[in-house]
Amino acid sequence: MSLKSNLHNLKEKYKGKKMAPAFNAIHTFLYAPNETTHSGSHVRAVDDLKRTMNTVIMALVPVLIFGIFNAGYQHYAAVDAANGVIRQASLFGNFLTWENFIMGAWTVLPLVIVSYAVGLAVEFLFAVIKGHEVEEGYLVTGMLVPLIVPIDTPLWMLAVAVVFGVVIGKEVFGGTGMNILNPALTIRAFLFFAYPTWMSGDKVWVHQAVDLAGGPDAISGETILGYLAQGKGAEMSYSVSDMFFGFIPGSVGETSTILILLGGLFLIYSKIASWRIMVSAVIGALVMGVIFNGVVDAGWITETSKFYGLMSFAFWQHLIVGGLAFGIVYMATDPVTGAQTNRGKWFYGFFIGFISVLIRVFNPAYPEGVFLAILLMNVFAPTIDHYVIRGNIKRRLKRAKNATILPRDGEGKAQELKAETV
Amino acid sequence: MSKDIRIKKGLNINLIGDAEKITSKAVLSNVYAINLQDFHGITPKLLVKQGAEVKAGEPLFYNKNVEDMLFVSPVSGELIEVVRGARRKILTLKILADKSQEFVSHTPLSPKSAKAEEIKALLLKSGCWPFIKQRPYDIIANPSATPKSIFISAYVTSPMAADLDYALKGKENEIQAAITILGKLTPGKVHVSVGKGGQSIFSKIEGAEIHNVSGPHPAGLVGTQINKIDPINKGEVVWTITPQDLVIIGELLLTGRYNPERVVALVGSSVKSPKYYTTKIGSEIATFLYASGVNTENFRVINGDVLTGSKTKPDGYLGYYNNTVTAIPEGDDYEFFGWNKPVFNKISSTRALTFSWLQPKKKYDLDTNTNGEHRAFVVTGLYEEVFPMDIYPLQLLKACMVKDLDEMEQLGLYEVAPEDFSLTEFICISKQPHQQIIREGLDLLYKEIG
Repeated sequence: MSLKSNLHNLKEKYKGKKMAPAFNAIHTFLYAPNETTHSGSHVRAVDDLKRTMNTVIMALVPVLIFGIFNAGYQHYAAVDAANGVIRQASLFGNFLTWENFIMGAWTVLPLVIVSYAVGLAVEFLFAVIKGHEVEEGYLVTGMLVPLIVPIDTPLWMLAVAVVFGVVIGKEVFGGTGMNILNPALTIRAFLFFAYPTWMSGDKVWVHQAVDLAGGPDAISGETILGYLAQGKGAEMSYSVSDMFFGFIPGSVGETSTILILLGGLFLIYSKIASWRIMVSAVIGALVMGVIFNGVVDAGWITETSKFYGLMSFAFWQHLIVGGLAFGIVYMATDPVTGAQTNRGKWFYGFFIGFISVLIRVFNPAYPEGVFLAILLMNVFAPTIDHYVIRGNIKRRLKRAKNATILPRDGEGKAQELKAETV
Repeated sequence: MSKDIRIKKGLNINLIGDAEKITSKAVLSNVYAINLQDFHGITPKLLVKQGAEVKAGEPLFYNKNVEDMLFVSPVSGELIEVVRGARRKILTLKILADKSQEFVSHTPLSPKSAKAEEIKALLLKSGCWPFIKQRPYDIIANPSATPKSIFISAYVTSPMAADLDYALKGKENEIQAAITILGKLTPGKVHVSVGKGGQSIFSKIEGAEIHNVSGPHPAGLVGTQINKIDPINKGEVVWTITPQDLVIIGELLLTGRYNPERVVALVGSSVKSPKYYTTKIGSEIATFLYASGVNTENFRVINGDVLTGSKTKPDGYLGYYNNTVTAIPEGDDYEFFGWNKPVFNKISSTRALTFSWLQPKKKYDLDTNTNGEHRAFVVTGLYEEVFPMDIYPLQLLKACMVKDLDEMEQLGLYEVAPEDFSLTEFICISKQPHQQIIREGLDLLYKEIG
């Protein structure tokens, strides 16, 4: 007996049982199901939710691999810097090395494993309790989470946050497709507000920077935005190409703008993610950046202001530092929590970019705004859609004013009779 | 006078198994059947008992809500079986055909001079009325209403559907007669849509406004055309009728006989030699299916096209409104890593390792597999690419699912029929039953507001 028929027999045997969803999740992972159409169209397109989610994961894999190397690279670069040696990043020279990979994998992969193991366990649990199939939403969320947290996030913290994010962020609303807030960002926000000292500051972005702090081997773990927020922009040794290619400290997956850009293009090309949201978010960020640059140029803000560093930062460079690009490509485009109408997507994306840079500049404690901006716009997405749809409804009502409503047989006579009796 | 309509949004589903342009006469069926599921929303009251002898065109039952609306037998013979379902609901009436056929004769009407009342009365008593459908609600037209206009689509874009220009060849007189009388039933226009640049027999028809339509499916669906030509508003009624049914109405007018003969396309990749057959409404499908031969054991027979037809069996019967019968392979098999490997042999609306966009003209052999499991709505923006109406499809579907009557009305449920959502259903990533959702929404709206 082949694996296929064995699995089929098992599926039939456990049909309707409590654990069936858990078994089916694994079964459908191996084999596309043998389900046939029952109503409506007799044939269906090949795309399903698993394929859609898988496409997003494929777009994330290069970013993850880069993040692994970068985690190692930033650690060793910081150690060198503490000893007075400033490294010049070079892709094949000192970046793609075994040393970096092993150090990076040792720190990043546990995050990935914990994120998936805990999140999927919660998903399976809810599927079994509620008796529905295990939904694929977490496949992407589980990959996003390790990419948007600081490298040294303790694993237990991550586990707690994942449980919170999946249960409160998604399952209480009814599971994948029903949630209001992006689950990955809910997890990130939970970490940020529950353990603020771990999640921000100048030490958390490079492996071991926290452990070594205060000691003789202390290393720096500051991001570019952190430098700017503290008005120490001049001390940075990162070039624009470092920022674009990603040889800078930051969350695991957010640093390499070029790989994010390629991932974004792949998602647009495969029609999985909305290009409208991506383009309008970039426009929004640029507009806000230009406004801030204008404020600085107009002389309304002096160098003594604590906002000067970030406000004077060239507007287009906002796109290549911090998590803005990553957020725009992989998280703002979440179809469930984003705006659902094509016109609404333009507004939704624009405000994400706009508010991201706004928060980035004015948030003194944590110089990053994209995750808060997306969560904020998640909340407003239904409102945006509401007004877009009102437009359609108004158009229809306007048209209906000229409706030719013809009387039914008998109705006219009945009215005539009525008129006579009155 | 003619106008051009160009539809941009949509998707042509090219499948293997188009009918070759040869017409054969199908073997006469022994048993004919009227399937009552074809008449949505009708409460039937039988007029004859089991075992009774009926003539062709003799009433079998009437609609309880509109008692003038009669449904007649396609052939003369004996009513041998009344198939009932749960709560004694009548499902199918089976008639064993006589060797010599006797017809009920009506007085022919001269299309030019007939009055609206005469026309309605003749259509109702002859059993031709059910061919006329109405929107809103996509049900058989209510004869007491006056439609603002009447729409006929002679442009076919549905996958593998019968080519009307071929199937209706030589029926110009019947069609002209039917169009003339339809024009008297509405104070508005009779709109006929033909394919742009095609040689449609409708292009020479008088008394109708001809529209030249071009573009991918669903450009040929009458709902799309109504939306572009003269959309339905709340309170308005329009009637729709298919060209093949015009022929039957036309013949009734000219000869006084209800003759349910029809040219049917037998199509699909499971059929050995797909072609056209002349047969009658209610014929057993096996009478022509096996004449063309099938090339597989495990196949599905569909009354209608693959997107909107209803599932039946080889020993099922040709539906009342269908001029296409499709046979495609069943897809009840597992596919190893079917969800992530690159796919070249199936149609997709995305490019997520699916490559059907590379060859838009290629013909595919699709089976009935759903290619995935049912999920909540997740992805947005895809339906809009194949949905040309000025309606938000996802929002309308959700309004129907939560039974929000106000929202259903406001978002344009009056304008649509389930078939308008067949293409969004085809590409749906969450494998939601769109047509069923819309049907239930329409039924609810009819019940509550009607």
